[in-house]
This record gives sequence, structure tokens and C-alpha cells, in this order.
Amino acid sequence: MSGAVVHVRGLRKRYGGREVVRGVDLDVRPGEIVALLGPNGAGKTTIVELLTGFRSRTDGDVHVLGVDPQTAGTAWRERVGVVLQESQPDPGLSVRECLSLYAGYYRAPRAPVEIAELVGLLECLETGTEELSGGQRRRLDIGLALIGDPEMLFLDEPATGFDPKARRDAWDTIDGLRSLGTTIVLTTHAMDEAERLADSIAVIVDGAVVAEGTPETIGGRDRRAHEIAFTLPDGLAPADLPPALRDGARPDDRQIRLRSTEPLADVRALADWALGRGIDLPDLEVRRPALEDVYLALAGSPDTTDT
Amino acid sequence: MFHGSTSIVMIAVVVVARFGLGRGLKAVRRPRRRAPRDDATATALGGHGPVRLVLHQARYDLRTLTRNAQARTATVMLPLLLLVLFLGMWGSDRVAGAPASTFYVPGLVALSVIASSFTNLVISVVTQRESGVLKRRRATPVPAWVLIGGRALTAMAVSLTMATALVAIGWIGFGVALPAEAIPAVVLSAVAGSLCFCVLAYAVATLIGSAEAAQPTVQAVMLPLYLASGIFIPNASLPSWLRQLASVFPVERLSDALHQPYSPAAHGLPIAWTDLGVMAVWAAAGLAVALRRFSWLPGPGRTA
Repeated sequence: MSGAVVHVRGLRKRYGGREVVRGVDLDVRPGEIVALLGPNGAGKTTIVELLTGFRSRTDGDVHVLGVDPQTAGTAWRERVGVVLQESQPDPGLSVRECLSLYAGYYRAPRAPVEIAELVGLLECLETGTEELSGGQRRRLDIGLALIGDPEMLFLDEPATGFDPKARRDAWDTIDGLRSLGTTIVLTTHAMDEAERLADSIAVIVDGAVVAEGTPETIGGRDRRAHEIAFTLPDGLAPADLPPALRDGARPDDRQIRLRSTEPLADVRALADWALGRGIDLPDLEVRRPALEDVYLALAGSPDTTDT
Repeated sequence: MFHGSTSIVMIAVVVVARFGLGRGLKAVRRPRRRAPRDDATATALGGHGPVRLVLHQARYDLRTLTRNAQARTATVMLPLLLLVLFLGMWGSDRVAGAPASTFYVPGLVALSVIASSFTNLVISVVTQRESGVLKRRRATPVPAWVLIGGRALTAMAVSLTMATALVAIGWIGFGVALPAEAIPAVVLSAVAGSLCFCVLAYAVATLIGSAEAAQPTVQAVMLPLYLASGIFIPNASLPSWLRQLASVFPVERLSDALHQPYSPAAHGLPIAWTDLGVMAVWAAAGLAVALRRFSWLPGPGRTA
């Protein structure tokens, strides 16, 4: 297991005849933040529920902090925090009371005030949970998962359905946890969220990991072709371009988009060609593939599949 | 006269029960501003001794309950209101040779025990399950029995406090005396009834799929049982088939067990062992259902 906090091999979960998790492998190192990125219905929440012991797997090998979550006892739960996707706060209690209630569940909890400060709820300690905004509620969720001072934190869709401000707040809170050295597994269907928060990303589609890597390398993003785009001036057709740059363009195209694995050399060839003809290419653009493009390519059409 | 006025009261009961007294008010009272001693107590109570853990849970469950207007209305206001109303209006009528007040006090004790230990508990458990509160609590090291024990203890504490209040108001305010030797019987019946209905609440909660359905479902089941079980109307005035049918259910059994100590004919230690036995059977059946079906997860996950 080589010191991995989360060690998963061949994880499978079947409901009736339908297999929703199909052979997932995953390793998370201490202090790492890993995002499970995928469209709704890809099986991310089920994976988190399998890793936190809420459901029992059909097949595979799972260790979290060296323990099988399915048979883990209270000692293990002292060390693992879970932020669920759909939980609402306890009605009728204030933020302070909620934190104190949950603190009472642990042997060595952190002080409620300390946690409130960490998640930015210090001003709302005496506020009733019903009066919190969506973003504040989510921060309370995270606070409740942190009150036991866990080594490992699972966050299921930590910022889904929030307005941009609340999202950024949740992100800042999670960033704050990075500095505490907490190991985190989070799920999201939002590219920017994974890119912003995670050290490492596993793209989950249809119950399986289709790509993994850092936000920079995932899906071969660092090796994938750049795109060179420009508009041909009037009177010129793709056939007039140097043969090496004609690739894939249809005869009547004016908007040219070239895939290039050697962008610098190709831009130079293009520039020589244009200067030689005395023309300008004012909208010339060279683009690295965005993580979004990589994800769309991997995930098919995200957000159209339902939960 | 008795039946006519009873039906008017029943309509009032239905209206109050359905729409609540406090509904128009803010649904949940703001938590009081408290001195910051909560942190210290929470840490002192820690995750250690099991008794402390159950009391810790019960303390917060009690706060949640008392700050919920609907729960306050159903478990506290309604029994008190009905007691004052019934005793004030018809307390001096005669029922089977005895003052009607000696009928109403134990009947409403039964009602309040059931309101706290069953009706309110079912609604609370279903709501907490469907809103993910139970699931989140299960993600912590707290043992399942602490969560169930703490909440059941809260229900029992409210039940018995209300039972005591109703007996005291009946006694002091309306002269419905309870012979000293009958007190253990009332206490035993109320405790046994509360325990039985708590178990049944956890069983019935597994049969209700959504928070919205909890209240109407429970009321639709309980209202006919109240009517047929000698809570509002002496069941001597009911047709015998209905009486026999009602006697199968624990509502009638608790009602009967509480009525017996108040009966002028009672002597010795008027403990209704048969009634307590039937309640025990119901509790055992409820326990079997709860153990088999109880889930901490909201709706869609419940079959998994």
C-alpha cells in the first residue's frame, strides 16, 4: 500500500442488474487533494459512499487509512470526516450548538470556536441554522466534518448549486485545509473547481476512471495538439497555404483551425508564408487545449446525463 | 348531550391537530443567545461514557424539539388545552356513574404520551432521515444506539413531564384525585406506554418515504384509534365490535391501563397487566420491524 491514505483496487458496485461502479483503482497519498471529476450520474457519490462505509461494495479491495471502511468501527470514524452532498443542518440549533453537538461525538474534538473561525462562521456562531445562507450552510457542513480533527476528509460536491460568491467561499475554505495537511477526496462535475482545488484529478465516466493525472497533464493535455487559428484574407483559399499547414481544411474554409504538435515551427512557417505574400493575419491565435476541452472529450456530453 | 358536545370538540381537535396552534407563528423559534459555556460542556461530556453521550444527545434533541412550533403545539399545548377545555366544560357530567373528569384526565395522559413518544417521534425521525441529518450523524463515531437512545429518552422525558403536569392540573385544578396506592400504576403504565410507542415510532418511520407524508400519515392512522380507544369518548358507549377491534391496538391498551387506576372501583395495586402485556407484544413486533428495516439514509438509498 506504500503509505497511501486511500488505496482502491478493482472497486465494483452493482444495483440489481446495473453496475454503477465498474472496476475503479485509486491511490491517494497523505496530504494530497484528489478530485473525482465527472458528469452527474457517473457514480462519484456511490464511490464516496463506498469509501466512507455507507454502502457495501460488490467486489474489489478498499482501504482508507489502512482500514476497510465496510467493517470500520468508531476508532476509524474518529479519523475520517465526511461532507455529504444532500445533508441539511440540524433545524432549531445555532451554529455554535451544532458544532458543540458534533464535538460531543468525538474523543478529542477541536473547539467549536476554532472550527467556526476556520470555516469563516465566527460572526454567525449564535445564528440559527435556518437563517444561514446557502454558502454559510455549506461551510457549516465542512465545519461539522472537521470538528473531530480528521486526518482524511471526503467532500461530495462541496460547492454545487452555489452562486459564484458562495462557491469561492467554499473553495477558500478547502484551500485553508490544504495548509493543515488534511488529505482530501472531493467530487465535482465542475472543471474549474477540480482545476482550482486538486493536486490530482481522476475523471470518472460511467462508473470507471477514464483518465487521471494532475490538472496539467490529465488526458495527455500537455502532449495534445495546440490549435493555431486564423482567418484567411479575401481572395485566398486553403489551397494557397503551404502543404504542411493545409491539413484538414476544406477548400472553401475561411476560418482555419490547425492542429499542431510543434506550434512554434508551424507559426514560423505560417509567418514566412504570409510575409512572403505581403499579407497580415490579424486574428492569429495559438491555444493550449483547455482542461475543459479535455474533459468534454473524455466525458462525452457532460450534464446531459441525469442522476 | 354528551355525544353532541363531544363531536363539536372532536372537530376542534381535528382542526387544532391538523393546522396546529403555532403554525402561524414563526416555524422555529430563534435559538436563545447563550453564554458561551456550550463549548466547555460539550468537551466535558466528550465522546466518553455511554450515559454521558446519550444525555449529550438528548439535551440537544430536547432543544430541537422545544424550538419547533409544530412539536410544541402537538406535545405540550394540545394536551393542556384539551384538559382545561374538557374538564372545564364537561368535567362534572356523569360517565358510567363517575364524574367525567376522572375519565378525561387518564385519557389525555394517554394522548400526551402517544403525542410525544409516537406521533412527534415518527415525524422527527422521518424528517431527520430524509434531510440527511441522520446520515451525517452516522458518519461520526457516535454509536447508533446513542442516537436512538438520546432521541427516545427525549420523547420519554417530554411524555412523562406532560403526564405529570396533566395529572397535577387535574388533581389541583379540578379535584381529580388519585389514590396514593394507584400512583405506581399510573407511573408504570405511562413509562411502559412511552417505551412501547417509542419503539413503534422507529418501526413506523421505516414505512414512511418522505418528510411531507409523515404528519398526515400518522394522523390518519391515529385519529380513528384515539376515537375508538376511550381517549375522548368512553368506549363503553361504542358498539362492541369496534371496542373489540380497538382492543387489539396499543392505543386502547395504554388508555385502559391509565384509566384503571382512576376508576372508583379500583383497589389494591391497580396495574393492568394484560394491557401492559399487549403493549409488550406490540413493542416486540415494532422492534423486529425496526431492526430489519431501519435506515439512516434518505429515500433513494433506503433499499440498498
